[in-house]
Amino acid sequence: MHELGIVFYIIRDVKEAAAEHHVEHVSGVVMDIGEVSTIVPAYLTDCWRWAADKEDLLRGSELKIHIIPAVTLCGDCQKEYETVRYGKTCPYCQGGNTWLLRGREVEIKEIEVKDNN
Amino acid sequence: MDEVKIIEIKKSIFADNQQDADALRKELKAKGVYLLNLMSAPGSGKTTTLIRTLNLLKDKLHIAVMEADIDSDVDAVKIQEATGIPSIQLHTGGMCHLDAEMTRQGLDNVDLEGIDLVILENVGNLVCPAEFDTGSCRNAMILSVPEGDDKPLKYPLMFSVCDLVVINKTDVMPYFDFDLDKCKEYIRMRNPMAKVIPISAKTGEGVEAFADWLLAEVRNWKNQ
Ligand SMILES: Nc1nc2c(ncn2[C@@H]2O[C@H](COP(=O)(O)OP(=O)(O)OP(=O)(O)O)[C@@H](O)[C@H]2O)c(=O)[nH]1
Ligand SMILES: [Mg+2]
Ligand SMILES: [Zn+2]
Ligand SMILES: [Zn+2]
Repeated sequence: MHELGIVFYIIRDVKEAAAEHHVEHVSGVVMDIGEVSTIVPAYLTDCWRWAADKEDLLRGSELKIHIIPAVTLCGDCQKEYETVRYGKTCPYCQGGNTWLLRGREVEIKEIEVKDNN
Repeated sequence: MDEVKIIEIKKSIFADNQQDADALRKELKAKGVYLLNLMSAPGSGKTTTLIRTLNLLKDKLHIAVMEADIDSDVDAVKIQEATGIPSIQLHTGGMCHLDAEMTRQGLDNVDLEGIDLVILENVGNLVCPAEFDTGSCRNAMILSVPEGDDKPLKYPLMFSVCDLVVINKTDVMPYFDFDLDKCKEYIRMRNPMAKVIPISAKTGEGVEAFADWLLAEVRNWKNQ
């Protein structure tokens, strides 16, 4: 399953970052997910719950998803437009010579740690 | 009250894979081994094409095949029986793609001594494999006629990462409204550098051009 595989990559990278910052427990992980990244946010958080609770570092932690809107650039008229609304055809000049600028990100933005001293 | 401390990470989950892939490619280069990552939708004819092509190449190159089926070894067995070329099954653990680390683990099970060419049959999927660099020297994909000539528009990323697009099942062209010129134009829109080779793995038409391309690629990789 796609989202579970992605969750394993996130866990790997969060573990690495936690070790680097000497963190013993992570309470939240904030993701930047592009609107057209092929990831279904609800599946991702379900998979996260299942996999994160198996790790001491991440037990009970929340995966927060921040969606990055997809933007396409038209190579013919150089204008930018909303990818999801107009697809691959430029709404300004009807050209098809278009390129995705943003929207495929799968990025760990930050991790949250509860400081209880 | 607990205070929440924020640690900024800003790291793409693809970043580590990119490093692993670049490292693997370097090692392969040093060993003189050419790795081709072959991708496609399920049933496009990867295994049939490989059998034909490998039979044309096996006297000229030392070849090995890695098959990434999710849970069967049917293709690995088929290839080995039909060509005599050693073929191993890669375990993807249910994953919808292979990454560079999994590819390396697969290669650890291949005796690379004297091998010129390794072909990796990736998981049948036009989406996820395009996101993950396997560490291969080149990416190729097979698009078959029944899938339609508009696939480059629907899966732009896949077509933009491929150096070669093989269009298979040309023998059934008369039964489908597949426009080869239009398809080539769509591919060029996504990737002006991609080479396109139409073949029929069934009749053998065009397969020689694919074999010649591979042979030239392998020689070039060793000499450059
Ligand atoms: N007509 C026609 N049929 C073909 C051709 N190439 C393959 N096929 C048929 O297409 C079907 C799938 O071929 P495979 O070679 O198993 O395809 P594959 O991509 O390896 O399939 P998976 O590994 O299951 O994803 C088989 O029934 C083949 O006989 C072709 O050039 N023409
Ligand atoms: Mg196959
Ligand atoms: Zn996937
Ligand atoms: Zn435009």
